[in-house]
Amino acid sequence: MSHATLSPKRSSLRGATLPKWFAWAVAAGSLALGYGISAAAGLHSDIQWALIAAVLFVVGSYAVSAKVEGGRQARDRTATSLVWVAFLLAVTPLASLLWETAERGVKVLDGYFLTHSMGVVADAEPGGGIYHALLGTLEQVGLASLISVPVGVLTAIYLVEYGRGKLARAVTFFVDVMTGIPSIVAGLFILSLWVLILKMGPSGFAGSLALSILMIPVVVRSTEEMLKLVPNELREASLALGVPKWRTILKVVLPTSIGGIITGIMLAIARITGETAPVLLLVWGTDFINANPFQDPQESLPMYIYLQFGAGSDPAYDRAWAAALTLIAFIMILNLAARGIARWKAPKTGR
Amino acid sequence: MAKRIDVSGLNAYYGSFLAIEDISMTVEPRSVTAFIGPSGCGKSTFLRTLNRMHEVTPGGRVEGKVMLDDENLYGAGIDPVAVRREVGMVFQRPNPFPTMSVYDNVAAGLRLNGKYKKSQLDDVVEKSLRGANLWNEVKDRLNKPGSGLSGGQQQRLCIARAIAVEPNVLLMDEPCSALDPISTLAIEDLIGELKERFTIVIVTHNMQQAARVSDRTAFFNLAAVGQPGKLIEIDDTERIFSNPSVQATEDYISGRFG
Repeated sequence: MSHATLSPKRSSLRGATLPKWFAWAVAAGSLALGYGISAAAGLHSDIQWALIAAVLFVVGSYAVSAKVEGGRQARDRTATSLVWVAFLLAVTPLASLLWETAERGVKVLDGYFLTHSMGVVADAEPGGGIYHALLGTLEQVGLASLISVPVGVLTAIYLVEYGRGKLARAVTFFVDVMTGIPSIVAGLFILSLWVLILKMGPSGFAGSLALSILMIPVVVRSTEEMLKLVPNELREASLALGVPKWRTILKVVLPTSIGGIITGIMLAIARITGETAPVLLLVWGTDFINANPFQDPQESLPMYIYLQFGAGSDPAYDRAWAAALTLIAFIMILNLAARGIARWKAPKTGR
Repeated sequence: MAKRIDVSGLNAYYGSFLAIEDISMTVEPRSVTAFIGPSGCGKSTFLRTLNRMHEVTPGGRVEGKVMLDDENLYGAGIDPVAVRREVGMVFQRPNPFPTMSVYDNVAAGLRLNGKYKKSQLDDVVEKSLRGANLWNEVKDRLNKPGSGLSGGQQQRLCIARAIAVEPNVLLMDEPCSALDPISTLAIEDLIGELKERFTIVIVTHNMQQAARVSDRTAFFNLAAVGQPGKLIEIDDTERIFSNPSVQATEDYISGRFG
């Protein structure tokens, strides 16, 4: 029997398998080879040799695996390595962007920067801060959310719980259309309605109106999906207890799906926080602190970044990067908060 | 508490499709009536017409009369919400509210209807859980999520939730089909106790169960797929299972179809 363990008998259930380190070995080999090839061919871009290495990795692991393990395992490895390559392609730019922003942004990002405006600072001078932009963004996004969340959630409730027939189909259609509206068009629409027809001046609120046009469809879509996930049995259980439909929605359907709804709302907020175009058209921008979103121009973070970058001096560049870092951090905190709330509110399954 | 149900000339539709046709029967108070019949013959649909849950389904529509004692459930001005408070329902799959604790699940009917006194709530919850033979198993974890209980406990929790609002009639749509034999036995025992206080109608695919728990049995059948389901006969359970008056019933019960 001992020699059977030394050379395991070929059975139909056990094929030859490559060792675990095989994938890593191929990865290392193709990285080295890719680097060698590009050095020999005189290619200078990092992207070029990384792509060569990626192709070598996929092709190499398929070839070796097909030889040793057979066709099905080889295809499995190809699929796995394609997924890994796709993952790296997606993550590399993201990591590089975060790294770049953090590295350049921390230079001037401090308490002073967060609590002062650009009021008396010329674009070419160092100093100044983003207080006015931060305030503007918070107010505009807050107002936009105040408009969009009730409208969006109620629309979704209508579509899922009540909507039948023509009206529901029309609402769904227009929500789809709204999803596709470019932000600049939303800005132009509010510009023509609010500023040109109603003769109102630029203000943070005008920006909020345009932002809510962008936000409402996102809120409707995500809330709709979450409400559809609530099992019909729960609605029936509640109705069968003699609970009216509106209370069923309020006390059973919404609590069951509230985690997902909040996540959707937070993602919608994150999406509009970075919008520049409508803000540029409607809020105009200012270097001074304007805490009143209903009158006179305000600033917002994306616009601040745009204007500072356009100013073209080194201190302005630094401020732009620091503001970008603040914006990313702001959105990230929102996302983390959303995840926290979603986990906290999710239906509990523990015993 | 328990009330008599008197159905006459009842048709139920899904859109334009006639699902059950011309059903007339009487359900006696303080008794268990079982509905048996092949899948798709309209037992569940008929059950759901008894507390106006059928019309919750899109396209659901009912013609005919369902008298609860002397009130027609489909008469003018009848509020379906009020009907459902009188006629409770337990579903095929246990469906406790996932966001609520055991306690909140039982209290849900009273709380969501908004008419209760806080001091009474504890009593109602305990009484209902005792009524559903679940009190001893959950009294130490009333504040744990209801969805953490086992399947059989969840189903008894749903029964406790249904009887907490003190309905007159309790409808059960295959309440044991997702449960193991021990939980099934627990629920069958419970049905035996509950019929002292309620009128119970139960849909089941398990003929032994119908024979064990029910006083009267109704047999439903349909001529062919796409045809409406019909009530073939209703009689004392003993008679249905020993000497039914219609041949189709005997064929179905003894396993000879077609």
